[in-house]
Amino acid sequence: MANVASTTASAGTELTARALREAVFSGLITLGLFVLFVGLETTQNIRNELVLNQRWGLLVIFVVVAMVGRFLMVAYAQPWLAQRKAAKAAAPDVAKEETFFSRNFSKIAIIALVLYPPVIVALLGVQGSLKWVDNFGIQILIYVMLAWGLNIVVGLAGLLDLGYVAFYAVGAYSYALLSSYFGLSFWVLLPVAGLLAACWGVILGFPVLRLRGDYLAIVTLAFGEIIRLVLINWTEVTKGTFGVSGIAKATLFGLKFDATKTGFAAMMGLPMSSAYYKIFLFYLILALALLTAFVTIRLRRMPIGRAWEALREDEIACRSLGINTTTTKLTAFATGAMFGGFAGSFFAVRQGFVSPESFVFLESAVILAIVVLGGMGSLTGIAIAAVVMIGGTEILRELAFLKVVFGPNFTPELYRMLIFGLAMVVVMVWKPRGFVGSREPTAFLRERRAVSGSFTKEGHG
Amino acid sequence: MTFETNTMTKDPILKVERLSMRFGGLMAINDFSFEAYRGDITALIGPNGAGKTTVFNCITGFYKPTMGMITMKQKAGKEYLLERLPDFEITKHAKVARTFQNIRMFSGLTVLENLLVAQHNKLMQASGYTVLGLLGFPAYRQASREAIEIAKHWLDMASLTDRADDPAGDLPYGAQRRLEIARAMCTGPELLCLDEPAAGLNPRESAALNELLQAIRRDTGTSILLIEHDMSVVMEISDHVVVLEYGQKISDGNPEFVKNDPRVIAAYLGVEDEEVEEVIEQIVEIESEQGGTQP
Repeated sequence: MANVASTTASAGTELTARALREAVFSGLITLGLFVLFVGLETTQNIRNELVLNQRWGLLVIFVVVAMVGRFLMVAYAQPWLAQRKAAKAAAPDVAKEETFFSRNFSKIAIIALVLYPPVIVALLGVQGSLKWVDNFGIQILIYVMLAWGLNIVVGLAGLLDLGYVAFYAVGAYSYALLSSYFGLSFWVLLPVAGLLAACWGVILGFPVLRLRGDYLAIVTLAFGEIIRLVLINWTEVTKGTFGVSGIAKATLFGLKFDATKTGFAAMMGLPMSSAYYKIFLFYLILALALLTAFVTIRLRRMPIGRAWEALREDEIACRSLGINTTTTKLTAFATGAMFGGFAGSFFAVRQGFVSPESFVFLESAVILAIVVLGGMGSLTGIAIAAVVMIGGTEILRELAFLKVVFGPNFTPELYRMLIFGLAMVVVMVWKPRGFVGSREPTAFLRERRAVSGSFTKEGHG
Repeated sequence: MTFETNTMTKDPILKVERLSMRFGGLMAINDFSFEAYRGDITALIGPNGAGKTTVFNCITGFYKPTMGMITMKQKAGKEYLLERLPDFEITKHAKVARTFQNIRMFSGLTVLENLLVAQHNKLMQASGYTVLGLLGFPAYRQASREAIEIAKHWLDMASLTDRADDPAGDLPYGAQRRLEIARAMCTGPELLCLDEPAAGLNPRESAALNELLQAIRRDTGTSILLIEHDMSVVMEISDHVVVLEYGQKISDGNPEFVKNDPRVIAAYLGVEDEEVEEVIEQIVEIESEQGGTQP
């Protein structure tokens, strides 16, 4: 016993000695590296002469930080990590007990979303709820739906589509134009927009059937740009960069959300507020998103869904099994595009205004980033990614207190893309397959076991 | 050429006539004709680079042959000209299934799902091309249950039932080979084309494979066409052997006949010393060296 204690004690002193030694070395290296960069500063004085400022204090701080950092790293962080790794290896597979929360995650999430608007209204009042329902609720749900739609193309069928926003645009303009030219209602135009987008999905699909991987990505990217440029330049119909404004609002079974006597607020005996319309829109997009999820889950258990996933795994094997890869790819494009079209027409009815500016490549990239970050193919993962990404960027607007820290000129919104990129890098390092990397099998004999992400392929176009 | 006559009376399931395949200046197959008979295990052998896989790719539609005619005659008497069909229709309509030399699994799908994907066309029809299935019609549920029963049967045959819910990529090599065969069988073929099914298998796995192939023929009456290097497999299970060298047929008959055919011995099975020496001298092809040292 004493022997063990003494060995651990000696190991401890040995470790400290090694940490000290390495700290000194790293201090020397830091000194060598920074002595000219930090220790000396060259500036010009008023007569344009070179002046050497000596900053030994700053150099000492650099060196000390490096030494302390190295010491802590070697003496504490590394043993701790090794210990944790050993502990993990020693106790493997104690069949992770699924908690009630993780088992019923999707049900809880849906209930929470349904209860979200009333809770917000109760907490912040009708007017106060506007921002939280609109900016956070509706905005995030639009992206959830778009990402779920793109997930069919990218996550299931493995076809990299960088021009997904084109279908969003087709949906939005279908509603905007058909309702302003022909006065058709939202409920008629919602399926029409979906169908038109699906048509465009097939139109895109045909020429790119033979392309794979990078080539496919480039052509879909070009397709997205073509749609946008057509919207900009076909001014007689689309009004070009001015966009289409004054788009009719959606109605709830003919009940309008306006200030008239027959409007929703008056009929319900409530004071007029635009928040009711927003809450209605929230439930509308929630229903649309859930429809997307429902159809995706259903389709995965259909032969077509399995064929999509098989196509992602190995196209040649698919053909050898008698699967028509042409129609399989086209249906993937069309189905994904259809949901993009639904989301687009919802976007138009929510904004009341559409212009080509809303459908730039960055949107496609953001949607694709959400799909990749969430874990290709996983609906839950993608929803979480959308909340993190879109909710995260929205919340940056709310961080006014940062001005106190960084000065009054600091606008957190401007760092949106920087944080976005950083978050992506961090997540990809931490979870290379996205938040949910494993895949749920669509059929099982004895028990449903998730397939680890290391076996699934990303598809090659 | 002297062919054996007793097989001539049999009913051919696949007739390959004057098949040629040219890749640029290379004549991979030159005027190659043979017949595979219903219910037989036909082996296509030959040294590496002889064009065996090219013949396979022509039969299964992955290549369009430069010349020639490939006729598939089904049990019901329906005939298909395979060189005119796109690859997926050859499996779908003509009922010719194939496996690959380098295994092509859907590694991220489970073993069971692999077998369900193979029943795509049947299930597609049952689900009313997805529409009825999406609406929850019972016909699809019924078909889906039946498909799982068929998959179970083939899992049993390939002794993979224990691994049914594991990802296919997680299986050992020999099991993946068996799964690929089971998957091909799930398409309900009349002719099963196997591209080197025993490649990379150890003797025990190889024996299990022989048993599986025999069982397939016995239970379903499926004819089998296989490419093989492993002579023990060929000689043990095949009823009919076709030998290919440099894209041309050099022998055709039962295993015993082929084994003793002097042309085959010269080209492929033996006369080791002279041939090997010649090869080493000229350093022509590593492949023919391998062919020469084979028993």
